[in-house]
Amino acid sequence: MAVLTPQRSAPGSGAPQRESRRLGFSQRLGRWDVKLSPYLYISPFFILFAVTGLFPLAYTAYVSVHEWSLLGGQGDFVGLQNFTDVLAQPTFWKALVNTLSIFVFSSVPQVILAIIIAALLDQNLRAATFWRMGVLIPYVVAPVAVSLIFGRLFADQYGLINGMLNAIGLDSIAWHGDRIASHVAIATMVNYRWLGYNALIFLAAMQAVPRDLYEAAVIDGAGRVRQFFSITVPQIRATIIFVVITSTIGGLQIFDEVRLFDSIGLGGPDQNWMTTVVFLYDLAWGDQHSLGRASAVAWLLFLLIVLIGLVNFLVTRRISSSDGVRKTTRKSSTRGNA
Amino acid sequence: MSSVAVTAQTAGSGAAKAAARRRARKAGGGPNRRAGWIVYTLLGIVLLVSAFPLYFTLLLGSSDPVEISRNAVPQWLPDMSLFTQFQTVIESTQINFWKALTNSVIIAVVVSAAVVLFSTLAGYSFAKLRFRGRGPLLVFVIATMAVPTQLGVIPLYILMSDLHWIGKLQAVIVPVLVSAFGVFWMTQYLSESLPYELIEAARVDGASMIRTFWSIALPAARPAAAMLGLFTFVQQWTNFFWPSIVLSSDNPTLPLVVKSLQSNYFVDYSLVMGGVFLVTLPLLVIFAFVGKQLVAGIMQGAVKG
Repeated sequence: MAVLTPQRSAPGSGAPQRESRRLGFSQRLGRWDVKLSPYLYISPFFILFAVTGLFPLAYTAYVSVHEWSLLGGQGDFVGLQNFTDVLAQPTFWKALVNTLSIFVFSSVPQVILAIIIAALLDQNLRAATFWRMGVLIPYVVAPVAVSLIFGRLFADQYGLINGMLNAIGLDSIAWHGDRIASHVAIATMVNYRWLGYNALIFLAAMQAVPRDLYEAAVIDGAGRVRQFFSITVPQIRATIIFVVITSTIGGLQIFDEVRLFDSIGLGGPDQNWMTTVVFLYDLAWGDQHSLGRASAVAWLLFLLIVLIGLVNFLVTRRISSSDGVRKTTRKSSTRGNA
Repeated sequence: MSSVAVTAQTAGSGAAKAAARRRARKAGGGPNRRAGWIVYTLLGIVLLVSAFPLYFTLLLGSSDPVEISRNAVPQWLPDMSLFTQFQTVIESTQINFWKALTNSVIIAVVVSAAVVLFSTLAGYSFAKLRFRGRGPLLVFVIATMAVPTQLGVIPLYILMSDLHWIGKLQAVIVPVLVSAFGVFWMTQYLSESLPYELIEAARVDGASMIRTFWSIALPAARPAAAMLGLFTFVQQWTNFFWPSIVLSSDNPTLPLVVKSLQSNYFVDYSLVMGGVFLVTLPLLVIFAFVGKQLVAGIMQGAVKG
């Protein structure tokens, strides 16, 4: 049949030849139907995505080189003025450092813990579905709700976490006062919500690891820990890269948790936990009403995400190709996960 | 492994396997052994940590606000006063709880249905139909999955404002009617699970293209479509960033209610926590029924995506 993509088959397997003209839809209408339908079916996606996704992203560049007020609308062309203004603001740099710090506190422990939880779930469990659903509960709690709940757990006075610290003889931590402590608290909220989700992704990858590798390792006398580091981790490498990249894209856009960490929601009195997206929000919809400068921040953040994504990709690929695992195993693991 | 090879050479492969089995039993490893109590204990802790914040919400919701400001854990069991908080939240004129609930349902349902329909249409086209430009267009879809389109909020806001949509639900709904991930997901699924023979049979029977899609592709896509719908639903239900920009507290969604709870009543934490639980409850109930599918969806997505 002319309309259909022939099934891909291995060369030499003798796939039956399709007779392309036999069905002869001689009617003109039928031919147009066949020709146009594929485009018609993909058009809603491309049209809506162009209008609501691509165009705004590109138009951000246009707004960023103009003076543009939330209320007054478009003003004069100002070149790179907005960018230099933003880059000259200490708050921008502080927010950027905060974002990177929160991102590191959330992504590194998250990936490690998620792999460990996945390894636990990968054991031969009774009621496996129950445990899998259990770790996924936090995913259905809205980030704003998580933020309010953890705001109480991390309350400076009479919060549960400080209470527990006091109980074991440690001093209270100023979760809303100390800069690093506030980053840890916010990162904990992100980790809480995404840990189980990522653990399930890793679990799926682990289950795709051929079981005979483990059997071979057992025969060689490898214990559980050795099996984990020598087989499981290298085999799920492609998935680790995938999770790291998606958590980068998400981690650099943290907003909800910060907005509700205190009642004002702009990162604290000294912007100690203000993130870049909150900074962007404040520029546009806070007191400044400057859509131009906010657009400049959006573009800078966009470049940063692309840059870190690339670095991530290169570093993880370097690690994956340099630690002595043979090409064949890598190939099979990518096939399993990609 | 070398010892097995040696055994296999000297005594045949059957003997090697038997020896391997013996050794496996001695080493106590093996992937098929039942998990020990340590594994269950550790998982139990993980589960406890996952569920405790929600339980804590119930506790604070049942406690006296004065007690909350004096004690980390004011009481260990929730009680009936929780319902007083629920009532206050629901009846408050500042909160607009029913309106928020209705809005959240409308947004989540409409967006999920649209994403599923448009993704299945496009996915069917990419997976099973041949047309010029198919390859590059599909690559384009995949590439856009990594682009943080969130960062286009400012022009999107200008657009919504020009359309006079600020404060209206369509400002939240229209920008998320399609999803690149959804198209990719359905393309993957349909290319593997929809046989060409079925489509051909329908065409031979004289079905038009859209009829073929409707009666053949759509039913075949049902499992993947259900999962895509579920994830979109959860995503929209919990979404805060964009709705908080274009909607106001007169016409809120549930996450916006959470925000206004905090700014209106930030002293009365028992009320805030009661409200937080109330807002979380619908999705928890849904989760009880479809949690299994969500787990399966994440795990399939991991293998495919």
